[in-house]
Amino acid sequence: MSRIFPYPLLIVSLIGMWLLLTDFTPGQLILGIIVSLLAAQGLHSLQPSTPRLRRWDLIPKLIGLVLLDIIRSNIAVVRLILTEGHNKRNSGFVSIPLELKDPTALAILSVIVTSTPGTAWLDYSDSRGVLMIHVFDLVDEQDWIDLIKNQYEHLLMEIFE
Amino acid sequence: MSAILISWSILISQAAIALAMVLATTRMLRGPRAQDRVLALDALYVCGMLQLVLFGMRTGTVIYFETALIIGILGFVSTVALGKFLMRGEVIE
Amino acid sequence: MTNSLENMPLWLAIIISAFILLGGFLTLVGMIGLVRLRSFYERIHAPTLGTSWGTGSIVVASMILFTWLESRPVFHEILIGVFVTITTPVTLMLLARAVLYRDWAEGDEKSPLLKSQQKPPKE
Repeated sequence: MSRIFPYPLLIVSLIGMWLLLTDFTPGQLILGIIVSLLAAQGLHSLQPSTPRLRRWDLIPKLIGLVLLDIIRSNIAVVRLILTEGHNKRNSGFVSIPLELKDPTALAILSVIVTSTPGTAWLDYSDSRGVLMIHVFDLVDEQDWIDLIKNQYEHLLMEIFE
Repeated sequence: MSAILISWSILISQAAIALAMVLATTRMLRGPRAQDRVLALDALYVCGMLQLVLFGMRTGTVIYFETALIIGILGFVSTVALGKFLMRGEVIE
Repeated sequence: MTNSLENMPLWLAIIISAFILLGGFLTLVGMIGLVRLRSFYERIHAPTLGTSWGTGSIVVASMILFTWLESRPVFHEILIGVFVTITTPVTLMLLARAVLYRDWAEGDEKSPLLKSQQKPPKE
């Protein structure tokens, strides 16, 4: 089973993308299935590490949390850019020690951190497990450390580890 | 009424994004360093993509969607290549 | 094409217009930030405005508009949204790491890597 369908999530999303780009017809569905199975075989021969999802039910919560956070920080950053010069704003680097080790979870965390305006992922040291981010409006370092650790790292660890 | 509302808001948004493209170009020309130019180029690609999506909405055809997707992909690949170049001075290691 | 812009209900038109205008506004503010902010590490935050909700709201507006115009669900624009959300962090991270490395190699005092006592390579 797992030899024919090595990456079910990848196959399903590739079929979905194929259908979106062409048409929702049975013929395209068959063609899409063939193409995505070939692509999955190709990926299988590269042998990447397979992510293991433990808690599917927490993913919608994560997505909702990220969307809310993006809206909130969008408003904050728009306000800061438009009032630039009128207020004193301090931006700086924050180092966060992470317990998260799973590469997929780290990749997802990096996407979350970077796509939220106001925080940018700069560097992650594998051996020390320390993440460095740049924060646009830095008031208290501890706030950001708590935010990343309690909100996202905790949730990602529950999903992946 | 609806048609007027939508066509005006598309027009205003297109003007805003055109202005955004001008600003990105300013940053690209001013620099001061290579990384600022690459960042501005990436932003310019995103603006161009949005401009095409809006253009597609304006004309009511879906053809521009594929163009926008291609511009997005090209922007991604070129920024990654430039980022690699800034890191090591070569693209393929 | 059975529906046209003329017979679209006003509330739908208002929703679409709001999304379109929000997208244009966010992208513009992002680029204003790109020009006005003073250091590179601050500037790297500016384009994410345009790529997160700027792109998102224009894509949503386009999806609603074409769903109405063609009287069938049109979702393919969501590919642009997904694509931009996935790729922007990758490019920004690559760029940020390249800049960190460049500042470090040049011995820039503002570089955070120098503060953590890592010596730049000797040329």
